[in-house]
Amino acid sequence: MQKLRRSMLFMPGNNPGMLQDAAILGADSIILDLEDAVSLSEKDSARILVREAIKTIDYSQVEVVVRVNPLDTDYGALDVEVIARVKPDTLMIPKANEQEIKLVDQMLNQIEIEEGYVPGSIKLIALIETALGLENVYNVIQASKRVVGVLLGAEDLTSDLGIERTKEGQEIFYARNKVANACRALKVDSIDTPFTDTFDCEGLAKDTTKAKSLGLTGKSAINPRQIEIIHSVFAPTEAELKHALRVLDAMEEAKKEGKGVCSLDGKMIDAPIINRANCTVDQCIRLGLISGEDGAR
Amino acid sequence: MESNDILIMVMPNESGKVELELESIVIQQFGDVIEQVILDKVKEMNVEGITIKAQDKGALDYTIGARVETAIKRAM
Repeated sequence: MQKLRRSMLFMPGNNPGMLQDAAILGADSIILDLEDAVSLSEKDSARILVREAIKTIDYSQVEVVVRVNPLDTDYGALDVEVIARVKPDTLMIPKANEQEIKLVDQMLNQIEIEEGYVPGSIKLIALIETALGLENVYNVIQASKRVVGVLLGAEDLTSDLGIERTKEGQEIFYARNKVANACRALKVDSIDTPFTDTFDCEGLAKDTTKAKSLGLTGKSAINPRQIEIIHSVFAPTEAELKHALRVLDAMEEAKKEGKGVCSLDGKMIDAPIINRANCTVDQCIRLGLISGEDGAR
Repeated sequence: MESNDILIMVMPNESGKVELELESIVIQQFGDVIEQVILDKVKEMNVEGITIKAQDKGALDYTIGARVETAIKRAM
């Protein structure tokens, strides 16, 4: 069953205490950060520390993602070379473009052969945070079969666009739509940018709801206190689950009666509604809200 | 330096041996273990004639090993 990525928590890569605690904070994925959270003078120590942490710490069911430095810096290629050898679940590629995704894909092909890992087992998440990357997001995802998701980095994107980043987020409306649509088209996860005011829980809930309403499937976090709020927004409500189960029941009944279409509460049930109901039930099973048997229709 | 971390300083010495000076907030409980982890890492890296000064704030083994490796690589 596919892993959930409702929340992805950034953790600074050079902080041993945080690396040790990362697995128990409740996030679906943790992002061990070698890029922005690490000063230039500590890039080497963070890289070694993260490598040792992955080798040593049992992160259990939490997806371990490592954000490497951009490939056009002195650190990026070495990050990939060192970290991939201890087999993180996923690498996150900043300022992603097609060429860099292809380059990392080739590097990983070689490392997986040398280390005896299953080919293609190390996944990639593309960090889209430039205007060019955003316009090209569909091709970036298609650049490698390893790409399982896109994370929208709004701080760098708005900086690249030369516009102000606001709490309301109107300025990233287009970017969110573009990323959500490309990811849905290619069936990968779309992760929203972090909400940077870690004390504004209400603002976070609103921002996450907005992202969800535009089709994004998860949200990144920069503080553990944000995780529960993000999960509560991305979990289907009880009413949504109930409705989904009724839709699937009605469809089953119609099938038994040999009908091609059916209706529920006076509204026709067609393929998109059935698809949405299946998605809701599938997510509830993955969240453990219902058992597979409850959801089997 | 934050808790759970360890500061490692390395310098060459003339004795050809590995000399270690350790300060730790948990030296009573784990001093021997911390020393062993440091010495194991030095041996693994095939380094001799080195003096190591370590100030520990409760680092786990993986952090100790990582910090020793970083310090030695920077000194090479």
